[in-house]
Amino acid sequence: MIDLPTQRDAVAGPSGAPASAASTPSPYAAPSAGSGSPVESPAGAPAENLARGPVESHAAGPTPRSRARRRRAWLAAARLAVVAALLALWQLGVGAKVVDPFFWGEPQGVWATMYGWFTEGTSQGSLADQIIITLEEAVLGFLIGAVLGVVLGIALGRVQLLSELFAPFLKAANSIPRIILGSIFTVAFGFGMQSKVLLAVVLVFFGVFFNAFQGAREVDRNLIANARLLGASRWRVTRDVVLPSAFTWILASLHISFGFALIGALVGEILGANQGLGLLIRSSQNNFDMNGVLAGMVLVAVVALTAEGLITLLERRLLRWRPPQTHGGAAVE
Amino acid sequence: MAAIELRNVTKKFATADGGTYTAIQDLSLTVEDGQFCAVVGPTGCGKSTTLTLVSGLERPSRGEALIDGVPVRGIETSTGFVFQQDAVFPWKTVLDNVAAGPLYRGQRRSEALGLARDWLRRVGLGGFEDRYPHQLSGGMRKRVALAQSLINQPRILLMDEPFSALDVQTRAIMSTELLHLWDQTRPSVVFVTHDLEEAIALADKVVVLKAGPGTVKAEFEIDLPRPRVVQEIRFDPRFTRLYEQIWEALRTEVAEAYARTTRLAEVAS
Repeated sequence: MIDLPTQRDAVAGPSGAPASAASTPSPYAAPSAGSGSPVESPAGAPAENLARGPVESHAAGPTPRSRARRRRAWLAAARLAVVAALLALWQLGVGAKVVDPFFWGEPQGVWATMYGWFTEGTSQGSLADQIIITLEEAVLGFLIGAVLGVVLGIALGRVQLLSELFAPFLKAANSIPRIILGSIFTVAFGFGMQSKVLLAVVLVFFGVFFNAFQGAREVDRNLIANARLLGASRWRVTRDVVLPSAFTWILASLHISFGFALIGALVGEILGANQGLGLLIRSSQNNFDMNGVLAGMVLVAVVALTAEGLITLLERRLLRWRPPQTHGGAAVE
Repeated sequence: MAAIELRNVTKKFATADGGTYTAIQDLSLTVEDGQFCAVVGPTGCGKSTTLTLVSGLERPSRGEALIDGVPVRGIETSTGFVFQQDAVFPWKTVLDNVAAGPLYRGQRRSEALGLARDWLRRVGLGGFEDRYPHQLSGGMRKRVALAQSLINQPRILLMDEPFSALDVQTRAIMSTELLHLWDQTRPSVVFVTHDLEEAIALADKVVVLKAGPGTVKAEFEIDLPRPRVVQEIRFDPRFTRLYEQIWEALRTEVAEAYARTTRLAEVAS
């Protein structure tokens, strides 16, 4: 048996990395040998759970539901107030000349830049085009990388010879700082989409691969024996038992992977591109326009959070069969 | 010809420290067609190993396992296997779990589902088709496992302490239901358990294994009349007599196995 390492940290994102990659707890660190399923981040609804939990547990009043709703509304308002206060503090700091907007930007400027982008378009064309380009690169890279990772991970997890043959290569490839590959791709494939997609694929692949591999290895022996005795062929066992069983692991890696795909697309664009959010951030930086950089960052964060939400929905759908206590927020209901 | 025959089988496993562990040694056992055979013995005497040899999940190190006189070479899909732990697929609904066997064996989906519905009714789970296993109680999951095996109409049914995780009452009910289901198709059964009462109540023949490495110590014919009701049969004076006889054989083995584990514990501490 050869042990491939579960991936701990694939790449440190460049500063300004999408929020999802930074804030999602790493699933790679979670799986301990034998535990079966990775600890899952209840992404998507942690705030709601926090809000709902205590209310449900000691709901004394006659209308706990409406009280819970009121409490949630109150929390949302409080959160908004925190954001507003921080922004106001920042703006006041600029006014009082404590914060230099040349280096740190200012909320008003960020807002103005974003408003300008929305209404008049950017220097590279309409804002929607930039977002779509970057999103396209990230999604393509994510899909290709995830599919490759799942297929190869399961194959190597199932076929001992394959894993023995390729494990050293994969370990070696995994130790390359992948962001550097971006430079090679940009030179080799030019400023078009190809180089960004490739970089995203490379970033996504390893995380998904190692999780799928580990997932395929950790399948309950009894389940495989049972399927075999019921008459399943080896291929049927892979499709019907190994894949669904490994899915818990794979989905955990997909959460982080979309963040990585976005990083790949953005870094690729920063290294050299004709279009995209990364280029927008890059050209703002070149013009010493920190407001532009920050506005770009906000847009990326919105994209990342939306994608994260969609993946959580997908996860809920695919892991319906799991008992609720290991299934994110549902247990609180 | 016997439905199941183990001829002088020995099974050794490699241990983590490079040695070998002999689970069963020179064990011979025959089960006639349609016979219900219970295998009892102390913990660690290789009871479960005998089942894996018959099903083809493991190959004997020496000797032969035969089904209908033919040596077992690979996984034997003519056998049904009910595992000690849950082995139903947690991501499939109850209906899909039970339909899995026919589907794997190339039946059309509509036929397989129809058959599965029928079997779910037989094990008393009509109306639970769309549930997932985690939504069921332990006893219900066992019923799913039973239906999942029996739907393939195996001529040989292997059961590895199937009810050991259930509470005592559920266990007795499930045992009676198992007998009822068994009576419908009469497969040959090897039922592994450490519970002598359960063994006598269910079986035609009780085989006592020696403390590991497992080998047959004694065999007892159980001539209690069928149909039996497991919850009540223990009040039958013949049951008590058989129990005393078999326990006499089993007691020394249990004591031996216990002494070994405690010795090991002392060495370890």
